[in-house]
Amino acid sequence: MSSFLISTVSPEGSDPVDLLIVDGVIQAVGEPGSLETPDDVTVVDGTGLIALPGLVDMHTHLRQPGHEDAETVDTGTRAAAKGGYTAVFAMANSKPVADTAGVVEQVWQLGQDAGWADVHPVGAVTVGLEGQQLSEIRAMAESRAQVRMFSDDGKCVHDPVLMRRALEYVKSFDGLVAQHAQEPRLTEGAQMNEGVVSAELGLTGWPAVAEEAIIARDVLLAQHVNSRLHICHLSTKGSVEIVRWAKERGINVTAEVTPHHLLLTEELVRTFDPVYKVNPPLRTDEDVMALREAVVDGTIDVIGTDHAPHTIEDKESEWSCAAMGMTGLETALSVVQKTLVDTGMIDWSTVARITSRRPSEILRLRDQGGALEAGAPANITLWNPAGETPVNPETHVSKGRNSPYKGMPLPGSVSATFYRGHPVVLDGELNSPLSS
Amino acid sequence: MKHLLTTADLSYADALSILDTADQMASVSSRSVKKLPALRGRTVVNLFFEDSTRTRISFETAAKRLSADVINFSAKGSSVSKGESLKDTAQTLMAMSADAVVIRHGASGAPQQLASSGWIDAAVVNAGDGKHEHPTQALLDAMTLRRVRARREDRPSTGMDLEGMHVVIVGDVLHSRVARSNVWLLNTLGARVTFVAPPTLLPVGMGHWPCEVSYDLDEVLAQRPDAVMMLRLQSERMNAAFFPSEQEYTRAWGLTPERVAALDAMDAPTVIMHPGPMNRGLEISSEAADSPRSTVLAQVANGVSVRMAVLFLLLSGDESTPSLSDN
Amino acid sequence: MSVPEHGESLPATTSRVILSTADIDRALTRIAHEILESNKGTAGLVILGIARRGYPLAQRLAAKLEQTDESFDARTSTGQLDITMYRDDLRKNPARTPQPTIIPDSGIDGRTVVLVDDVLFSGRTIRAALDALVDVGRPKVVRLAVLVDRGHRELPIRADHVGKNLPTSSQEKVRVLLRESDPEERAENHEDCVVIDAPVASDPDVARAEKGVTS
Repeated sequence: MSSFLISTVSPEGSDPVDLLIVDGVIQAVGEPGSLETPDDVTVVDGTGLIALPGLVDMHTHLRQPGHEDAETVDTGTRAAAKGGYTAVFAMANSKPVADTAGVVEQVWQLGQDAGWADVHPVGAVTVGLEGQQLSEIRAMAESRAQVRMFSDDGKCVHDPVLMRRALEYVKSFDGLVAQHAQEPRLTEGAQMNEGVVSAELGLTGWPAVAEEAIIARDVLLAQHVNSRLHICHLSTKGSVEIVRWAKERGINVTAEVTPHHLLLTEELVRTFDPVYKVNPPLRTDEDVMALREAVVDGTIDVIGTDHAPHTIEDKESEWSCAAMGMTGLETALSVVQKTLVDTGMIDWSTVARITSRRPSEILRLRDQGGALEAGAPANITLWNPAGETPVNPETHVSKGRNSPYKGMPLPGSVSATFYRGHPVVLDGELNSPLSS
Repeated sequence: MKHLLTTADLSYADALSILDTADQMASVSSRSVKKLPALRGRTVVNLFFEDSTRTRISFETAAKRLSADVINFSAKGSSVSKGESLKDTAQTLMAMSADAVVIRHGASGAPQQLASSGWIDAAVVNAGDGKHEHPTQALLDAMTLRRVRARREDRPSTGMDLEGMHVVIVGDVLHSRVARSNVWLLNTLGARVTFVAPPTLLPVGMGHWPCEVSYDLDEVLAQRPDAVMMLRLQSERMNAAFFPSEQEYTRAWGLTPERVAALDAMDAPTVIMHPGPMNRGLEISSEAADSPRSTVLAQVANGVSVRMAVLFLLLSGDESTPSLSDN
Repeated sequence: MSVPEHGESLPATTSRVILSTADIDRALTRIAHEILESNKGTAGLVILGIARRGYPLAQRLAAKLEQTDESFDARTSTGQLDITMYRDDLRKNPARTPQPTIIPDSGIDGRTVVLVDDVLFSGRTIRAALDALVDVGRPKVVRLAVLVDRGHRELPIRADHVGKNLPTSSQEKVRVLLRESDPEERAENHEDCVVIDAPVASDPDVARAEKGVTS
């Protein structure tokens, strides 16, 4: 098989090294110019680049099966590779819903066939995401997809008894429940964050308390039944405070934030451009700052993109009719750099932690998120932190054009993505998938 | 001014210019030939995604008095029901060479989307969007208030603002586009605004609005305000736990015969306004609606004048290139 | 002398006063006499000024008529006609706020209406005024009185009574300043005046054009 020498690259921002990849594994790491290389080695110039463990996204919507007009496993994982991701977790709100072993195996197989990144299906907690009856969680766990994370994402498991049962049930295989925290009665018809802007625009509000009340309930439930809880896309300052409190008490909760909630605020809704419509909604400056702080102090464990591609028809309409969600895989690391690194809040090794190492730990992935050292699987992202380019969604490889960053200059770019030793992205362009 | 989407960004000068123009339009309505040739050959489309016969007729009358051609396009529910999208509708209108589009839509922001999308280059007039704004309603209310003041002070209304007037707006502020448009415009024109409503019908996050808030109608009426504007209570609010019962709402926040009698007893100057249609016996009693204090019919008449002024100001000079022609 | 400039848009012009306060008063007196002569008295006369500067001129004319003939009531026989809505260039020029149209209570049907304006130029304003008049009523006769006729007619319209014929170049601009409509401070004898603004020949563009230099 092929071999690659990544020369003078900076692993997680530290002093430059040479990295030798042979047969899908990091074979050696050493001082620049010090490694012995095979004759047919391909040299990739890593000067000025940062090597990160391949990114892992706990929160992606690949839309297949059922919404192939918005995204497919193939196009979605191309977008993932382009954004530096080597593993993605595909949320269950497909059509049919991923609530049976059959559907999750199909999604898993599509990921294998595509060969751009690992695809881990997320199983639905309840049948049809309807919040009435637990789906066959164990069957999904024991399928070839080996599902470990369960979520009704897009909808909240709002029935406290069902939530409790789900938390208990996944303990049998060390799984976890990822909650989309949204009290449904408090958010009926909700269109945007409830506050100053919603009051002026006359859009029905999505109050912070609807998120915080569910998180508060669920951390107490997780404590009570001693199980693992993950909170998807935290969006408010209050949510941060509750999770911080729960972690201080030793409750086994992990938390996620999306790139867009680290950068964008509800002020954008004044444009009535549905590209800014997302669930949970964009919040206030104060929330954005609290979320950034929470990443720094570890209250928030991971960055999850909540990549949610939509067709043009679903977005190009009146605000209240438009679908919720924005794309994110191809811009995530740029937003992390802009909001957390360039602001001096975190270093590149923390970036590696929140985008790769921590998600891999939470999800018990053995071949992702490891240190960049000899013997580790060669899932590596080469990031060029220099330069700033305005985002042009037309150039994205995702089918979705609903990027909220359109026209916004964002720093950095993925130079290469090595997925199991194979460069799925090289010189900033999609290369070829890993052949199975 | 290319579009009229909200009163929030309407300057004092623009607002006064619309009201002064509306005063002249009103004088046309009182002569035998009630028509002006100003918009001859121009096309105004009334694009109504929501039923509102009153508003549509008012705009239609306004456009016709200015000699414009009027096309009524009722698109009720078409977009929401995944029929024709707003974009397709807009492009259809552009193909018809509409010069102005008067849009009423159930979705907040639809007029702004139409104006900023690039789908259409016509002037867009917001005739009510969701719970957001209804700028021509606020303008006709301001015109009505200005005329009330002019009569009281016995001087011409033209050039006058509402400095120092106290306007009380009562009822469902949360769901009211009329309240939102009024608070900005009244503030721009110098009036003092007090909202009176049950706390459930006031939006969270209105703390910085240029108004006072009270939960006690009697206390506010005792201040002898210049006007009290009753907002319509939509029937769908009745069963949504905003208040316990209609009877309780009326007792606390309705303009009852007793409250009208109290205004009379203290010889208050207060006029009674309502954007219509009224729920008699709910937010407003017949005694209030039919009292000499009521300006409801004047509001309807002023609506035509204000809409003539808006259409005229938006459509004149739309092909202008800066030049020095005069004389 | 000091004549206020219009806005900031006339960087390279010279201004000359053509008619002073006294000149204007004399012109109006003469016009008043002509009106009396052609109408054979003041019977049925309505003096309608075209907004904005025609109106004060109409009021002054009416006052002079009243001085001559006591049976003429200036207050009830004078009005203002706003022609904004009748202009043929509404799409080209941003609208200004219309002025009130004030018609005497007795109306204009069957009367002799004298339209009064400050400057007669292309004739388009008068065309619009005639249209506006039709929507107000049906006069027996319509006559036109102007303070200044500067030529350059674009329509078959002429004035019955002219204060001063003023041959002008189309590059020039004629301004009438009246104390009622233009209250800015002016020099003595120029409280009312007619001014011509002419482009300055030393303007670099003009100078270059004269030398035949193209850039």
